[in-house]
Amino acid sequence: MSEPEFKALYQYGYARSPDQDAPERPHHPVVVVGAGPVGLATAIDLAQRGHPVVVLDDNDKISEGSRAICFSKRALEVCDTLGVGEKMVQKGVTWNIGKVFQGEDQIYAFDLLPEDGHKRPAFINLQQYYVEAFLVERAGALANLDLRWRNELCAVAPGEDLAVLTIDTPDGRYEVSADWVVACDGARSPLRTMLGQEFVGKVFEDRFLIADVKMKASFPTERWFWFDPPFHQGQSTLLHKQPDDVWRIDFQLGRDADSALEKRPDRVMPRLKAMLGENTGVALEWVSVYTFQCKRMAEFVHGRIIFAGDAAHQVSPFGARGANSGFEDAHNLAWKLDALINGKAGPQIIAFYGEERERAADDNIGNSTRATDFISPKSGMALTFRNATLDLARHFDFAKAMVNSGRLSKPTPYGPGGLNTPDEDDWANSVTPGSPPVDAPLENDAGERIWLLDALGADFTLVCHGCDVKAAMPADMRIVTIGRNVTDSLGLFAQRYDTRPGSCLLFRPDQYLCARWRHFDRDKVIAAQQRALGFG
Amino acid sequence: MTKLTTTTNLTNPDAVYAAIIDAHRDLTDEQSAAFNARMVLLLANHIGDDDIVLEALNAAQA
Repeated sequence: MSEPEFKALYQYGYARSPDQDAPERPHHPVVVVGAGPVGLATAIDLAQRGHPVVVLDDNDKISEGSRAICFSKRALEVCDTLGVGEKMVQKGVTWNIGKVFQGEDQIYAFDLLPEDGHKRPAFINLQQYYVEAFLVERAGALANLDLRWRNELCAVAPGEDLAVLTIDTPDGRYEVSADWVVACDGARSPLRTMLGQEFVGKVFEDRFLIADVKMKASFPTERWFWFDPPFHQGQSTLLHKQPDDVWRIDFQLGRDADSALEKRPDRVMPRLKAMLGENTGVALEWVSVYTFQCKRMAEFVHGRIIFAGDAAHQVSPFGARGANSGFEDAHNLAWKLDALINGKAGPQIIAFYGEERERAADDNIGNSTRATDFISPKSGMALTFRNATLDLARHFDFAKAMVNSGRLSKPTPYGPGGLNTPDEDDWANSVTPGSPPVDAPLENDAGERIWLLDALGADFTLVCHGCDVKAAMPADMRIVTIGRNVTDSLGLFAQRYDTRPGSCLLFRPDQYLCARWRHFDRDKVIAAQQRALGFG
Repeated sequence: MTKLTTTTNLTNPDAVYAAIIDAHRDLTDEQSAAFNARMVLLLANHIGDDDIVLEALNAAQA
């Protein structure tokens, strides 16, 4: 068997744009560079809000190679707003449980969603190519989203009020200008290089073999992680199920491994046989050898050019914080750009995108770095502590909590302050201003199950517990009244948000909670909304 | 009767763990061993309960 190639699974093809024949340089409000998950999510969100969006991609196909496979609850909630969440969940493999083994023994298990009453599970596993294909399909259904394949950005001239982009195509070059450019062109971002921006952080020396294999196997749909398993002594291994009988297996190889040698099937297959048994039929789908990096740009916003996803920050994969945080970037940015373009937001709002998502990047990099350091200790003493933790974890709960095989992606709270109004009333332990939403089951007029997050609108939503404030608020404010047009018969909404009759919660367009009060006060609601729009 | 707390008792165990590992950076094995000894003595004194310290010594035999 020869080395597996990256096959094209979906091929889209180049089409000439009228821009290329325009007598004068065309101008667009928003150009997104990169048609990966983050670029497409940003473009779809903006297009759904009514803005014409051009998306440039230097390629025209989606390739084999699963790359991201774990999509978080929050990413699925974002994808629900983009119209692809249900498709992802239907195709994906749902999981909530992770298990950690040392040698042959299980030392720790965790449930990432230990409570009911959420529309989406903690995670699904799904090959990235499916996610991209669903997003491309959704993009194609939006008439104001102009997706241009084999349009490679080759130069950028940043200006104060716009940026001029030079684009190379099979028909030669052309130029466009844009009020806003969103750079979602990946970890090796050419746009970042063109701007001369650095990408700094930490490079880990350990090499990891990542293989996607096709097999019929009876492992449960759980994340299984081994420290020092009998089939791969002295190193770690991760096993994860994907759709179509495909399994993701990561083998830690150490620092001195030869990448070219280790990805050869005659090297990979014996490792798989040792793990899975001689008699398990295994076919290699995709295999690669990686080292990992945790890096970020110092600032994500550079005038009219805004960076999102891997172009802005890169993490090691333990914790599934790459693509998931990219979806969160897109969701954080799109409503702010929308409000700014529509003249509803203060000019500072884009700086708040940077502030909030740079904080999230630090959170993700911190978690990912600590997990990688635990999995591949960098010194003899670090290894001693790691092994001591594993030994203690067999007997003591505190040490189980220290065993770090990856802290799985959770959305980062931005905290009260900034765009989010600090509390002035007393609240019990519950979702605080600046925190991501927590879903809850509700019922509509007809008594049917609906979900809180689906009831929130694409714009600001005021959720009131039992008090009808519609008449007091501007017509464009979406109001959800618990106890009138929806009911909380299980009481989970009231419990998760600590609401009582009279309580009012204001959610941002990205569903983050931005303010809450024990009693409705129109002026305070308007002030909190203005603050969230960058006028604070 | 057991008095040693063996359930999670730190607010951010990952950060504390990382800080411990970081404290050993650039130390030789001998320096690290001495560092660990100083840490054990500091923490034992802080615990301030002979029984708990003896119980911890026993638990660490794992």
